[in-house]
Amino acid sequence: MRMSINSALGNIGRSTISFLAALGRVVLFAFETFREMISGPFYVRELFVCLVQIGWLSLPVIGLTALFTGGALALQIYAGGARFNAEAVVPSIVAIGMTRELGPVLGGLMVAARVASSIAAEIGTMKVTEQIDALVTLSTKPMKYLTIPRVVAATVAVPLLVAVGDAIGIMGGYMVGISRLGFNEAAYIKNTVDFLHTWDILSGMIKGAAFGFIVALMGCYYGMNSSQGAQGVGKATKSAVVAASVLILISNYILTEAFFTK
Amino acid sequence: MIQLQNVHKSFGNNHVLKGVNMDVGKGKSLVIIGGSGTGKSIILKCILGLEKPNQGQILLHGKDINRTNRENFFARFGMLFQGGALFDSLTVWQNVAFKMLRGKLKKTNAEARNIAIEKLRHVGLKPEVADKYPAELSGGMQKRVSLARAIAANPEIIFFDEPNTGLDPIMSGVINDLIREIVVEMKATAITITHDMSSVRAIADKVAMLHDGKIRWTGSIEEMEQSDDPYLTQFINGHSHGPIETIR
Ligand SMILES: Nc1ncnc2c1ncn2[C@@H]1O[C@H](COP(=O)(O)OP(=O)(O)OP(=O)(O)O)[C@@H](O)[C@H]1O
Ligand SMILES: [Mg+2]
Repeated sequence: MRMSINSALGNIGRSTISFLAALGRVVLFAFETFREMISGPFYVRELFVCLVQIGWLSLPVIGLTALFTGGALALQIYAGGARFNAEAVVPSIVAIGMTRELGPVLGGLMVAARVASSIAAEIGTMKVTEQIDALVTLSTKPMKYLTIPRVVAATVAVPLLVAVGDAIGIMGGYMVGISRLGFNEAAYIKNTVDFLHTWDILSGMIKGAAFGFIVALMGCYYGMNSSQGAQGVGKATKSAVVAASVLILISNYILTEAFFTK
Repeated sequence: MIQLQNVHKSFGNNHVLKGVNMDVGKGKSLVIIGGSGTGKSIILKCILGLEKPNQGQILLHGKDINRTNRENFFARFGMLFQGGALFDSLTVWQNVAFKMLRGKLKKTNAEARNIAIEKLRHVGLKPEVADKYPAELSGGMQKRVSLARAIAANPEIIFFDEPNTGLDPIMSGVINDLIREIVVEMKATAITITHDMSSVRAIADKVAMLHDGKIRWTGSIEEMEQSDDPYLTQFINGHSHGPIETIR
């Protein structure tokens, strides 16, 4: 009994320590990224390519996610609101729910699935095939050439994706509201616009920037630290997506506390 | 010019290098031979700082390499990696001209492309391959593209990690001539790793044989041919019996 408690405590202790150590390495990696960002050279072409890959090519995924989420949200709020005769709140709650929470969080998670995985796999493959070593010998810092364009691109692109997602999500709610719940078109739009504040949208976009940063950083970190072989790359990819998703959810809570509690 | 003093390197319990001493003079061509997995590639990576030795010193022009400016070193350096290490997201010519498309040596696209095509010709590749991606080439062609990239910026120090593997005998001869030419005409300092004895004879000023984590034997080609060191003779003659263990 005592033994098993001891070993259980030991396990908890060990995994806590290794978690903290991993966190420390990630924070160091983030600091190094910032430090390398200050000075040139800047790889503008690579940044542009990353913007297209991370931002533009994520649009369909984000759009679909937002459209169906907005629609489902409208149905749920209608059903919930009916319990105390408040069906009229559907437009405003859909708008606030999308812009403050679901837009950034679901958008961030979809980008984590799509982008963190592909960054980790790409950089991990480069690592195990010595392409990262080759970069160094060609007088190019992998941090500047690979990490920074990806991190900057994701930090810039994800807020914009969130904004697009917000709009599409609200539209999804609108479509369901009109066709299934019997709302009046003009009234729905007026309700949405009247209740929505700039800060609702802005706070969601700030969250998006944080999530984009997390996604790209995790992809690069796990890719750069990938161990040898295809198995190593597979593990790096998985770890990047899991770490990015968890960090998104944790930081979402922290940011929500910071933004909306007084 | 490049000196290794008592360099040790291990991965966990695997003690790969156990005190390597070696030096290469300026404008000289050193060839490292030795069994597969003895740590030849690791020696190069230690010199480049891609792997940190556990012990020992590496000197460049008599100065500890950790205190010298690595950027200056890499600016005059080229390397052919054993696996090629071509960037698969870039076309062949962009790979070859990588250094000339960015950084201090930046040239216009057209200039860089012309230089790349010229270098591809040196390694026996036609201009048509310039716009292909590395994945569309055969293994031997990739190796040669990688070689072209290594020599593209006319480096003064060059490392070749098995430049001949995967090449047919004729192409192998062409590459040997090319390496010799780079060392003689461009007065570059070269370290080459190879298993191919004909290329050892073609390109070496000095040969060093790595065995069991140390330089077992070192000397010129003539000395190599006359040596009666049992390890060396077993290796160059490819005998399965001798002091070097073979596991079957
Ligand atoms: N990143 C690494 N992690 C752990 N062990 C490694 C690593 N890189 C190399 N090794 C080990 O170091 C030893 C030497 O490797 P190295 O690549 O230098 O061999 P080599 O002499 O170049 O062989 P070959 O002629 O087959 O290329 C091997 O036993 C290998 O297992
Ligand atoms: Mg090797």
